[in-house]
This record gives sequence, C-alpha cells and structure tokens, in this order.
Amino acid sequence: MGQDITLRVWRGDASGGDFVTYTVGVEEGEVVLDAIHRLQATQAGDLAVRWNCKAGKCGSCSAEINGKPRLMCMTRLSTFAPGETITVTPMRTFPVVRDLVTDVSFNFEKAREVPAFAPPSDNEGGKFRMNQLDVERSQEFRKCIECFLCQNTCHVIRDHDENKPNFAGPRFLIRYAELDMHPLDTADRKKTAQEDAGLGYCNITKCCTEVCPENIHITDNGIIPLKERVVDTKYDPLVFLGRKIGRRDSGRTPVGPAGGKGPSPIKHPQQS
Amino acid sequence: MADHETHEYDVVVIGAGGSGLRAAIAAHEAGARTAVVTKSLLGKAHTVMAEGGIAASMGNVWAEDNWQVHFRDTMRGGKMLNNWRMAQLHAQEAPERVWELEEWGALFDRTPDGKISQRDFGGHRYARLAHVGDRTGLEMIRTLQQRVVDLGIDVFMECTITQLLKDVSSGEGRIAGAFGYWRETGSFIQFDAPAVIIATGGIGKSFKVTSNSWEYTGDGHALALSAGANLINMEFVQFHPTGMVWPLSVRGLLITESVRGEGGVLRNSEGRRFMFDYISDYFKAETADTEEEADRWYDDHINNRRPPELLPRDEVARAINAEIKAGRGSPHGGVFLDIATRRSAEDIHKRLPSMYHQFKELADVDITTDPMEVAPTAHYVMGGIEVDPETQAATVEGLFAVGEASGGMHGSNRLGGNSLSDLLVFGKRAGEYAARHAANLPQRPAANDDDVQGAIAEALLPFETNGGENAYAVQSELQEVMFSLVGIIRTGEEMQRALDEIEKFKIRVNKVTVEGGRAYNPGWHVALDIHNMLTVSEACARAALTRQESRGGHTRNDFPATDPEWGKVNLIVTKKDGAITIERKPLPQMPEELVTLFEETK
Repeated sequence: MGQDITLRVWRGDASGGDFVTYTVGVEEGEVVLDAIHRLQATQAGDLAVRWNCKAGKCGSCSAEINGKPRLMCMTRLSTFAPGETITVTPMRTFPVVRDLVTDVSFNFEKAREVPAFAPPSDNEGGKFRMNQLDVERSQEFRKCIECFLCQNTCHVIRDHDENKPNFAGPRFLIRYAELDMHPLDTADRKKTAQEDAGLGYCNITKCCTEVCPENIHITDNGIIPLKERVVDTKYDPLVFLGRKIGRRDSGRTPVGPAGGKGPSPIKHPQQS
Repeated sequence: MADHETHEYDVVVIGAGGSGLRAAIAAHEAGARTAVVTKSLLGKAHTVMAEGGIAASMGNVWAEDNWQVHFRDTMRGGKMLNNWRMAQLHAQEAPERVWELEEWGALFDRTPDGKISQRDFGGHRYARLAHVGDRTGLEMIRTLQQRVVDLGIDVFMECTITQLLKDVSSGEGRIAGAFGYWRETGSFIQFDAPAVIIATGGIGKSFKVTSNSWEYTGDGHALALSAGANLINMEFVQFHPTGMVWPLSVRGLLITESVRGEGGVLRNSEGRRFMFDYISDYFKAETADTEEEADRWYDDHINNRRPPELLPRDEVARAINAEIKAGRGSPHGGVFLDIATRRSAEDIHKRLPSMYHQFKELADVDITTDPMEVAPTAHYVMGGIEVDPETQAATVEGLFAVGEASGGMHGSNRLGGNSLSDLLVFGKRAGEYAARHAANLPQRPAANDDDVQGAIAEALLPFETNGGENAYAVQSELQEVMFSLVGIIRTGEEMQRALDEIEKFKIRVNKVTVEGGRAYNPGWHVALDIHNMLTVSEACARAALTRQESRGGHTRNDFPATDPEWGKVNLIVTKKDGAITIERKPLPQMPEELVTLFEETK
C-alpha cells in the first residue's frame, strides 16, 4: 500500500539555501530516512544526507524534523498526521556543509580535550575486577551513539557560538561523568570538567535528555552527579582539610585537559 | 596551483572500523607516522552493528575453555577451509586483545566474581563472548576511537579512496600510496605512503537484503584486486540467519545471535522447534536431539549438548530458508524467533536492550511478549584479500589487509563473535608489520604522476557522461540480481545468468550521469562505488560458479554434497589484463599437533 507524502527539505550550503517541497511515494512502516532516500533515487540525486546503519545505532542521520532534533532512521512516517507536511532541516548548532549535512567537527575537537581513562596498572592476564553494579553507571553513558542531538539542542551553544570554546556540551559532560564513575580510573577530572569543559554553564533544563535517542539520563544520572562532586570537592570542609594535610581527594590524581591545544589531528580539506 | 593536496605518511589505513582503528593504533605505537582515512565520520563504522560479542577463550565462565577448543570450533565452523595458522593465532591472541581494551576504558559486562562475563554463541563449545549487553560493537569502536584520539593519530573523515598508487620502477611494483576525494568538497587528495592497510570491511551492499550499511561496497577488495593483489574464498558469503523481515523498510536489519545465545528458539508456523529436523551429520555428535537436553545445556554445558539453534550460521540460515520455502513460514515471509516465552521481561530488557528498542521503535513489536519474524540476510563475506597469516601482507609489496576485507581466517563460514576478535588480533599484527615494512625500506616508493592524473579523470567521468543512466537504479538492480541469483541457495544456471547480467551492468555503469556538483554529492559517490560493487559481485559469482560443491556459506542445489576433494583447495581471484580469473590453490598443510585436536570428533 503506497501513498504520497509532502516533504519540505532544506537545500543549500554555507552561502545560503531554501526549502524545496517534494511529493514522494512511501510504503507502510517506513521512516523519514526512507523517504529521503527515495527522493535521492528518483528526484534529487545530489541531495546530501549523512547516514550509515539505518538502525538507530550509529547516530549519523541526525536532523531536525518539524523542528524537533531526531534521528531520521528512527522517525516513523506513521507518527505524522495524514496529509501533514514533514519539514526536514539540518541541525542548527553546527555549520551547514550541504543540504542536511552539517560540519560536526566541534564535537571531535571537544573529544580531544577529555583526559583519557587512566588505569591503575596494566591488565595482562585479565587482572581487572569490577562489580556489575558499579560498571552499570558508566555503561549507561557508553550507550551514547554520538548523534550529537544533545549538543544540537543545548541552548548554551545552540544560538551562542561564542560559548563553544568554553563548553564541551552534554555529550562530553557525560563522558567526564562516565570516567569519574569508572570503578578503576585513577585520574581526577573534576577541575578540568568545571574549568575547561564548562560544566557550570549547564543550568539543567534537561533538553538534552529529552532528545537522546538512547534514552540516556544525561542530566539526572550524569551532569547533576558530576556537578555535585565538583561542588563537594570545592566546598566540602573535610575534603578541604584533607587537602591541606596532604591527602588527595579519593586517591585520584588531578589532570588537566588532554591534547586539545596542539594542532588538530582531525584533518579537513585544504582550501585551494 | 596544485590540482589536489598531498600528504606524506609511513602507514595509511583505509577504513576506521574495528580493524582499521586497531591497526592504526599498532602502527602508531610502532613509531610509524600514521593516518586513518574513512568514508564516514569517526565512530560510525559498521562495527557498531556488531552486537553479540568478542570471542576469546578467557575461561571466565567455563574454566575448561582454552585456545585449542576455540581453534577447533573455528575450523569446524569454517568446514576446515580456514587458513589454519590464522585460526590458531586468532584463538591464541584474542584474550590478550580483549584485556587490552579494558586498559583503554572498555566496560564489559561482569561475572559475579568481577571478571569479564562471557556469553554463548553458535558454534562455540563454551560461553566465550565478551560483551556489553547487545551493543558490543559500539563499545569496541568507541574504545578504539577514544584511544586513537588520545594518541593523536591523524584522521581524515569522509574521505574516499578510489585508487591505490604504485611505484612500478622496479619489477612488479610496490605500493606508493593512495588517491581519493574529500566527500565534503569533492576535491582530490593524495597520500604518499610505502605501506597501506586495507580495512574497508565487506561487500554486503551488493545484495538486496543485507544487514550492511551503504559503505559496504567492497572498495578495499576492488582496490586491492586492481593493484594486483589476490582475493581468496570469494564464493563464501554469510547469510545471517536472523534478519528482520517486517516492515519492508528494515528488511535485512540484523537481529543479534545473542537472542539465541540467551535462550531464544526458532519456530515455524506450526509452532515446531524445527532446528531439530536440520542437524547435519557433521555436527550430530555435539548437538542435542531433544528439547529437554537442549534446555538443560544453558546451565550445564558439560553433561548436555548444544541446542540446534546454536549451530553455525550457515546451518541455521539454510534451515530457515527451507522452512519458508516449504510453506511453514510466518505472515511476512520469515520464521518466528521466540525469546518472550523463554526468558523474563526483565532479563530481556537487561540482556537484549537494543533488540527490544529496535523492534519496539521500528516494528511495533514487544519482544518480551511476542515473537520476532526473521529470515536470512546477507551479513559478512568470508572471502577477502589473500594475506600472509603472520603479517597480514597481501601479495603486493607494501599492501596489507585486515578484518572483513581480508580472507582466509574464517574458511567457508565465520562463527559469530569471531569477527570482533579477528579485527583486534590481526589489526594489531597488520599495524605492526606495516610499520616495520615502512621503516625497513631503503627508499620511499614514489607514485607515478600519470597514474594520479588518470585517477582524477576516472573520478570525474560521471560528470562528463551523458549516458542518462541513474546510479541509484543501476545499484538497486545489481543488488536484486546478486540476491536472487547468487544468494543463499545457488545453481550453476542462475549464476551464469548473473554473470551475463553483470556484463550488461559493466556497460551501463559507464553511462551513469550525475546531477549537481562535486560538493557532498551522494549521487556521484554512488556512481563511483558501483564500479567496486560490480567487481566484487563478479569475483563472488565466478568463484561460486567454479566451486562445484556445497560448503559453509556456499550452497548449491546442483551440487548439494560437500566434496572432500574441494576441501583441499581455496579459490584465488586475480585480475589479469582487466579480466577477473579464478585459480585453484591447495590449502596449507596443518601441522600434526593441531590435526590431533580434531581426532576426537571424527
């Protein structure tokens, strides 16, 4: 059973663009990405869209659908009213490359600043022991598929490019949280999370949690506990005293931001 | 002004999936200036679709496990056509490679005593797969990605390689680099490097129903073949038994084997657990023949035999196919995979969260209450670039291959869980040996500028052709031909027809016209990719037509038996004067101490 739908797709590049309206046939059970693919195959061969797994596992096909940040592969056409025009635009927080494709390198640069996991020793022969309950806290954040929808929706950077240098965004704040909760990690990233990743910019409006396709409790389980830990170490009189008499907080070694300052190993096309 | 940019490295890795990233880490750690080049963004590779786990005989759940048992399972799963040395190295080194991931931050599910938990999978005698729920591939790619970033390895994202460059000043020639384009701008880029590692994954996109993403166009296979390297075992394509069938939009999408590893069973429209009717003589001795024994096995592997649902994938896929053909299928043309009546909703949520999510969101099916409908889907190519088992060096000097793009390790059929371990074990080896190769060269090879100009002209051809063919249409017709004529069940007559069709496609691809410009133009990308798809499709069809027997991922209705004579040879694909040819090559001889491992089950 096929039917036609109306799709309004933003087309253009960094120099500007506009909406183009298409009528395209779709089948039962299809998702927005199917409709976009059919457009490519039949009407707009050069329509730029990023996608890989088409199963909600790789986080490539992020866009804004009727204004809502979503994965195109996980947005079923049956969720729209019959006859409803479906508008698809690129993520707004990142610079447009072309059509629905945006330049998400901001995220790869922020990833470089996170100090890596610091194990207590090598694991030759499989020495590490961790309790399932303990690893589950960090595992929740490792479900992240890096679709960057949380980054896109976060109002700290959504219309505020000026905050981008000082704010890592929800995706990377939960990376700091993940490492902080790792049962075996030996590094203390609280200071760098606060000062370099801009943890304080987040005022917990939970927009990121709402758009997360993996249903990660970004704010409740990640950012808020991280904020609490930062505050505890900063103002807790016992910790303060402990530091004064030479004891390190929780046995972890404070670390600064990782190699984010050098020339970036993330390469881009050279301007000719 | 130069018409393209050029970069100099010691080792260039093409592909940023598990194998490519592991290889890049190894090459970097060995001191080589290393670059990773990927068609997609970092962290999006198809490895994220691997769900079940990494096979490694750590013995955390069953202390009886060891590398010898893993080796034996792997060889038997591949119906003894595997390169024995690769299978041995793989089984021996897999545990270390898994533990290493923990050092880099991977968080696997745990046993009660805090070790890495291991789960059951088809063809593995003991619970052997290190896993994270059913998103193990994501955990692996993220861990390796974070390691690559931490080490500061150069990454070229959304950059597609279209040709390997060679220095032919001495004899046969050796690798001098690679050439390609940036997807973002369509501008060209050249890599000068004495060592290139191909880690481009598989060829699944040549088939209509597949679990593979758009990237799986056989680029590495085709690049290597064109550069003069051999492919091996190209007739063997794994159809994963359980792909989704409904809605059509997600047909072929993978359902992890973990569903069966966790106790899920297959039923036909009559409610029968039909796998008991399909236990081949080869696996009879180690497979349960009653439901009672099969169900006891989950808790007691020592005194019971494995359920037939956990036979190797080729066996299960053929059985499902036969049930559907016999008219005992499900409403949408599959069979039923039932976990709902076998495990509690809580267990399912915990052990198979992404399967629950996938069915709920995409098919409106709650797998904690209802069965899934499943049918085979093209999943993995056992065939690939022929490599030296120790070094992963291809037959062209300076070229290395690893992971799904390489061949030999899995024989005629790969066991589930053995691909993630394959990536790690041989990724490390490829990176180290490629770095060593680069360091030991007295002089850097240089690419020929005419070749570069040729590569530019070839890439731009679709913009200058007015043939009027649509790249997407040609691609989809090729997929239909390969799936229906060189699919899960094959005949000589159908494969000949496929080859005739491929000849017609070869003419049509040169008439593909592209609309739009060079900046991020998927139509152009497809127009270039289909050349590779055609090459690997032909390699697969020709090898499959040559092998007149059924074995593993190659089943012929006109030659249904497994023939011991064919068990002594691999088929090698080469390209001579532009034509794809097939040669036979005797299997390497397994040493006596390994042969004895198989005697107990003869």
